[in-house]
Amino acid sequence: MKNQNNSGINRRDFVKTSGLVAGSMMLAPNLVSAKAHIDGSDEIKVGLIGCGGRGTGAIVQALGSGQNVKLVAMCDAFRDNLDKCYKRITDPNFSDWSSDETKDLNPMIDVPEEHKFDGFDGYKKVIELSDVVVIATPPGFRPQHFEEAIKQNKHVFMEKPVAVDAPGVRKVLEVAKEAKKKKLNVVVGLQRHYQKVYQEWVDMLHNGVIGDIVLSRVYWNSAGVWVRPRQEGQTEMEYQMRNWYYFNWLCGDHITEQHIHNLDVGNWVKQAHPVRANGIGGREVRNGKDHGEIFDHHFVEFEYADGSIMSSQCRHIKGCMNRVSEAFHGTNGSAPKPGVILTKSGYKLMDYNSKNDPNPYQVEHDLLFAAVANGEYKFADAENGAKATMTSILGRMATYSGQVVEWEDAINSNISLAPEKYAWDANPPVLPDANGYYAIPVPGITKVV
Amino acid sequence: MNKIIFFLPALLLMAGCAALQKGNTSADTPDASPPAPPAEAATPEISVITETIPASEVHFKMALLPGGTFLMGSPESETDRETDEGPQMEVQVEPFYMGLHEVTFDEFNVFREKELDKAPEGRPDWNADAFARPSPPYEDPTFGMGKEGFPAVSMTQFSALQYCKWLSDKTGDFYRLPTEAEWEYACRAGSTTAHYFGDDTKMLDDHAWHYDNSSEKYHKVGSKNPNPWGLFDMLGNVSEWTLDQYQEDAYAKIAAEMATEINPWIKPTRLHPRTVRGGSWDDAREDHRCASRIRSSSRWKERDPQIPKSFWWNTDSPFVGFRIVKPAKQPSAAEREAFWLLVLGD
Repeated sequence: MKNQNNSGINRRDFVKTSGLVAGSMMLAPNLVSAKAHIDGSDEIKVGLIGCGGRGTGAIVQALGSGQNVKLVAMCDAFRDNLDKCYKRITDPNFSDWSSDETKDLNPMIDVPEEHKFDGFDGYKKVIELSDVVVIATPPGFRPQHFEEAIKQNKHVFMEKPVAVDAPGVRKVLEVAKEAKKKKLNVVVGLQRHYQKVYQEWVDMLHNGVIGDIVLSRVYWNSAGVWVRPRQEGQTEMEYQMRNWYYFNWLCGDHITEQHIHNLDVGNWVKQAHPVRANGIGGREVRNGKDHGEIFDHHFVEFEYADGSIMSSQCRHIKGCMNRVSEAFHGTNGSAPKPGVILTKSGYKLMDYNSKNDPNPYQVEHDLLFAAVANGEYKFADAENGAKATMTSILGRMATYSGQVVEWEDAINSNISLAPEKYAWDANPPVLPDANGYYAIPVPGITKVV
Repeated sequence: MNKIIFFLPALLLMAGCAALQKGNTSADTPDASPPAPPAEAATPEISVITETIPASEVHFKMALLPGGTFLMGSPESETDRETDEGPQMEVQVEPFYMGLHEVTFDEFNVFREKELDKAPEGRPDWNADAFARPSPPYEDPTFGMGKEGFPAVSMTQFSALQYCKWLSDKTGDFYRLPTEAEWEYACRAGSTTAHYFGDDTKMLDDHAWHYDNSSEKYHKVGSKNPNPWGLFDMLGNVSEWTLDQYQEDAYAKIAAEMATEINPWIKPTRLHPRTVRGGSWDDAREDHRCASRIRSSSRWKERDPQIPKSFWWNTDSPFVGFRIVKPAKQPSAAEREAFWLLVLGD
């Protein structure tokens, strides 16, 4: 423990203090788990909330951060997801991208049966048991999980997006302030911020090498993602939770769930968020029963306060032009792709070779856990994450409604997508019609704010 | 299946070449004066067949290469040589057909997209559902560099081998990836120099898409000059999967343990590293030599943030594709089965 953070307590004390703050019910498990380790000194206890593919990837990166990290608790709405994840990471011959050799992560994993939780409330228990929580559930849950983590004084790594609706975004912005006050590190998985080629590129653009940015173009056009068809015996809640990508209360549509990365780069370069948007979208190809309610394409024109435009395309349709990238046009030149900057005459001002750069997904964990280990307060990503999320939601509101939507109206919208109750037998907020289809937004009719 | 065979005396164009039936690879070659041999030794006549993927409009060409013995690896005197390219050793290979071009997305997509994989004529039993196919990739594997006519890239070796197995099932012929020895034998085409056109790097631009001339992307297959046996893009464009496990001391090992074997290969026992050959649009000039070896790496999946990661796609190897071979002497059904079990597992 090298440094103390500004509140005057180091991390280890902080864990104890947070237990005291939250009351005796929480103190007990902290003491028990501290005693469970030989020295109990600078070990960082990490908990995983959401054990799917990305959660598994993220926890392995946390364990690979080079700090004295131990995974102590896990939860997932579905026990089988948790078990699969646990089995993978405890395989003594585990292998991942980082090495051609297998490695044994077991010395860094200590998750007894009683620290594995399923259902909708397990996250609270995982947070109690941890110093740092890794949150990788579908984004609809993010605001409540983040709120609880900060309430319990824990450092956070959370995946993007950080919400699916305006009330969720406002909640995250509010909690972000709280996290700042408490000097809790928060890293959001918008990993381009931790990727050297983007850092160098955006820095050059901020320095004005191509003048003022007048047009931004951002893309996530791809073939789309998995579909998990309805299984016999599933309640409606279970079906939607399994096939979550296609329901807005869980996913927010792909403009939010994926395209947020590129919209975020657009905001980063402009050092602002858009003030309004209009757009076109629909379901041309992906329109079956198992495709829920989301669109398969959106084309949005975002306007910034200086009048400049960000043109945004995202599409999930096979066999079309695929492109996941960002490009910027300035008064004195252009930046056609990450790492490349050209003058008007085509002279290369920048041609960045990123071949040997570190993996940004790993970097974000290395930095977060180093900060926690050193008792430093360095990362406050939640506010930017919330604004990037809101940008994507603004785009969705524009394509769903067919109207020009103002940022101020959008972020202050009281339309909540969340269900009234989280339980396997509760109704989700959208239900299929008699033929098994869900209501689809209709531009010109659908109200979004 | 529609196959056309013609003969390609060295690099000569097809003028005067007769279309022949499959299997007729005898020597009644049309008269044509061969060009000056670029390297040394007489260039054998290479017959080329055109194959069609059954029940599709997609064609690919294969050259029948003669069997022979060659010196594998590079001499210590070769400029830019790496130590894993030696010691040089004599290796014998049997005759085999080799793809004239790197496998294109046109070909690969017939396998990748179930809807394109129609039942061949006379095969009512064809069950497109019975094949494992590439899962949706995390990102566009082409990175916008092109599909029709362009080399298929970003697939894992597993994925490339599954393609070979599928093509074998669909055609009835046995296709696979080349061994490292077959690959280098085909690339050299009788030459013993750093490149099949000599030691001078200047000519590389006429034969290979490499980092300095590629505009940082791959190009349509066959848009540079071929090697003396008519094979295009052996150097450059995209690197190509081979069957072998990469070992730094592979040649010493083969010399010691497999000296008498024809077409020796180091059978894989682990996922990485395996050997990739030929250099690519993303590699420097010096990596475009017949003897250069590239090792595969788990880092080729670096930007896939999920676990488990795709068996089928790499997120970070848009410079790796493959080329197929078909042994002239086809293995028995039992040998085929044993082969797939060995390279793909069960």
